[in-house]
Amino acid sequence: MNWLDFFAMKGYAWYVWGSYGIAILVFIIEIILVMHKRKVTLQQLHLIRDAKIED
Amino acid sequence: MAINMFKYAAPSTFYGLAGKLIPVFAWPAAILFCIGMYIGFFVAPTDAVQSEAYRIIFIHVPASILSMFLYLIMAGYAALGLIFNTRLSSMMATALAPTGALFAFISLWTGALWGKPMWGAWWVWDARLTSELILLFLYLGFIALQSSIEDPRRADRAGALLAIVGSVNVPIIYFSVKWWNTLHQGSTVKLSGTSMHIAMQQAMFTMFAALWLYAVAITLLRVRSIILERERNTQWVTELVEIKQ
Repeated sequence: MNWLDFFAMKGYAWYVWGSYGIAILVFIIEIILVMHKRKVTLQQLHLIRDAKIED
Repeated sequence: MAINMFKYAAPSTFYGLAGKLIPVFAWPAAILFCIGMYIGFFVAPTDAVQSEAYRIIFIHVPASILSMFLYLIMAGYAALGLIFNTRLSSMMATALAPTGALFAFISLWTGALWGKPMWGAWWVWDARLTSELILLFLYLGFIALQSSIEDPRRADRAGALLAIVGSVNVPIIYFSVKWWNTLHQGSTVKLSGTSMHIAMQQAMFTMFAALWLYAVAITLLRVRSIILERERNTQWVTELVEIKQ
């Protein structure tokens, strides 16, 4: 079996890779968003802390 | 054990525990995902009827099962928060909703890409597909409802009611292939056994374990931000290392 045949999936390439591609993309986007959310939350808490120190 | 459970029901102690647990779930999830993909594409044989298109099963079935399972966990946490007024359970429900919604989306998406070559249609309004679509809407409704209410405790209660009422949909999805004549096939894997090739089973269960561990890891990561946000005025948050530094 060569790689071209493998990726062709006997004519079902779009369906098979479309499924896995989007699923993996969704996971990657979710991970980025959740990590970004943590970063933003920490930044906000730092701002609150700094504001308190200035008071 | 009971004492431990209560100890970690407090957001302050759970925050630290969740942080330690994330890599414990995330790394096995990543490794099992790779193993599952390998078995699914290189070990599992070509299907006699569906040729290579059947390989969608390894992502479709685990994502679908988890979309239903996570909904029940979410509704369970929401109910606990409603009944016992425990803050952490409500935060867990809020943290689970987006991941559950994404699994429902993946289930529908991969289902459409599987339906087109096998049934000749991306979508049909049959019982299984329609009830899964309703599940996605329930998740989105839960998220929208919670974010539309400013007071988090009130948002928790309103969301909990929606989540609990909506959980009636989960058995409908599960049994839809038995109760109605649907285009969607019934379960291949039953308690009584399965006709699936052993490598196909291994790929599907490995992927299921991977997605489950992923769901736990990403939920813990998300709930940590929710805890910080909601508890920002408490003493323990201001004393955290990541806040103090």
